[in-house]
Amino acid sequence: MTPAELAGQAASLAHKAAALAQNAAGFAAEQAVAHTNHPPLIYLFAIFVMAVLVGYYVIWSVTPALHSPLLAVTNAISSVIIVGAMLATGLPGNRTAHTFGFIAVTLAGVNIIGGFLVTQRMLGMFKKKAK
Amino acid sequence: MNSTTDPGITVSYLISAVLFILALRGLSHPETARRGNLLGMAGMAIAILATLDHPGMLLGGAAVIILGIVIGGAVGAIVARRVNMTALPQLVAAFHSLVGLAAVFVAASALNAPQSFGIGTPGHLRLESLIEMSVGLAIGSITFTGAVIAFAKLQALMSGSPIIFPGQHKLNLGIGILILALVVMFVISGGSQTLFWIVAALSLAIGVLLIIPIGGADMPVVISMLNSYSGWAAAGIGFTIGNVALIVTGALVGSSGAILSYIMCKGMNRSIINVLLGGFGTDSGAAALVGATGDKSVKSGSAEDAAFIMSNASKVIVVPGYGMAVAQAQHAVREMAELLKKEGVEVKYAIHPVAGRMPGHMNVLLAEAQVPYDEVFELETINNEFSTTDVVYVIGANDVTNPAAKTNPASAIYGMPILEVDKAKTVLFVKRSMASGYAGVDNELFFRDNTMMLFGDAKKMTEEIVQALSK
Repeated sequence: MTPAELAGQAASLAHKAAALAQNAAGFAAEQAVAHTNHPPLIYLFAIFVMAVLVGYYVIWSVTPALHSPLLAVTNAISSVIIVGAMLATGLPGNRTAHTFGFIAVTLAGVNIIGGFLVTQRMLGMFKKKAK
Repeated sequence: MNSTTDPGITVSYLISAVLFILALRGLSHPETARRGNLLGMAGMAIAILATLDHPGMLLGGAAVIILGIVIGGAVGAIVARRVNMTALPQLVAAFHSLVGLAAVFVAASALNAPQSFGIGTPGHLRLESLIEMSVGLAIGSITFTGAVIAFAKLQALMSGSPIIFPGQHKLNLGIGILILALVVMFVISGGSQTLFWIVAALSLAIGVLLIIPIGGADMPVVISMLNSYSGWAAAGIGFTIGNVALIVTGALVGSSGAILSYIMCKGMNRSIINVLLGGFGTDSGAAALVGATGDKSVKSGSAEDAAFIMSNASKVIVVPGYGMAVAQAQHAVREMAELLKKEGVEVKYAIHPVAGRMPGHMNVLLAEAQVPYDEVFELETINNEFSTTDVVYVIGANDVTNPAAKTNPASAIYGMPILEVDKAKTVLFVKRSMASGYAGVDNELFFRDNTMMLFGDAKKMTEEIVQALSK
């Protein structure tokens, strides 16, 4: 099998897995709305497993030449942890929770802006041969 | 108050998660990568805006959040703009540490105000939330200090050589077991503050202990692994607060780092356990080998010789390694290639998976020097071309070209996939001295008849060749 075929297969698998993950997430979201509490662990876990599979296929399709930008961008997106930090900071709680939340928001903020910008900078340098 | 009770918000998080997947998907080709990155930014913006609009969000709280993002973002923007491309590995390590630390603080905050996330009241948290929180806390702490040590090694704030002491692995194992036991006690306690911080402290310690025995050139694995850890930590926090975007992202990043670690280990033919146990690349082996090879003769040449040989070739392959990055020689290499192309020489670049200090490091450096990406090839693609190549220009690489990896079962690098430069008609080796590479293994290529050593600094030597070529 040529790398191109392999990549094609991986891509189609990734698409299928993405669709599955979306289904699962949608289902879990409905369930979550039905209950007013924290979503049941099993649904979150289903999303998690699907996302690991999606990750597996998507990452194998990344060209090795872009592994450095991959590291930088995964770093930036993992800073979506800022969502948790924002809730910790902005919802009624207590001073300790708010302080920890604020620190986390600031740290994640460094990563989000820094991560995406440095990725963009790296990607901007990859140029094709001038004809 | 719970983020998942509002369908609008959940949908926003889902959209973010899908955009993140598309961002990674874009990296399958340099053409689509930039658009992918923009989608990732959009995903992040949606997640942040949706959270600002969260029911129960206090006005003052939102202001504080924006302040935090502005402060953090300004720092991030300055760093991202100013960082030198050779310093990327340490920048990525530093960023990893921040994700880890953020995870610790979010966990601490959730412990103090669990009602904000619908996971109980202080001191009486839900059992499963406590388990999830412990995962986020422990992995987040390990990621933080591990990444700090990796940063220090890469930035040369501490020595890159492995730090080993007797009983190291037993100590690590003991602390690991202790952490597990304390997590169980923490969960049973319903969320004790004291136990939380003890677990944090021990996890911070284990993060240091895990990385110090790993040598400098194994950093590609370490960075990939920390990338993976930061993902799992984020996922742990995602479970704790029941957030879909965080769980999906954590899983994506976790698998990404794991796959990169696997690719890096495969590139060295070593198991991940072997890398993690550390101690590879000590100096002791090198000294013994120098004596053994002292009587063999080496052919060395000047920049003019190299320029002459290369300009008369029809095909030249450049093999860059970490030494090129250290010497900042990538721009000179590109100039050299341009001049050779003008003489009608075909020039390509061959990259070994573990060249440099992070995955894909060489590709970025060459791209920075305006080398077109379609002249740069991976090991599997280019390895069969060496036999039809006239000259190979090895600059700052050593172990990854060593034929001993194929021929000598006793060698430390036996079984490692190598760039088969020995098959080319002539090999030019730019090196400062005859010292062995990271693995402490002597390279028999140096002593071959068709090898010419170019002794000197990688950048200076290449610049001299450029001068000779432009005459």
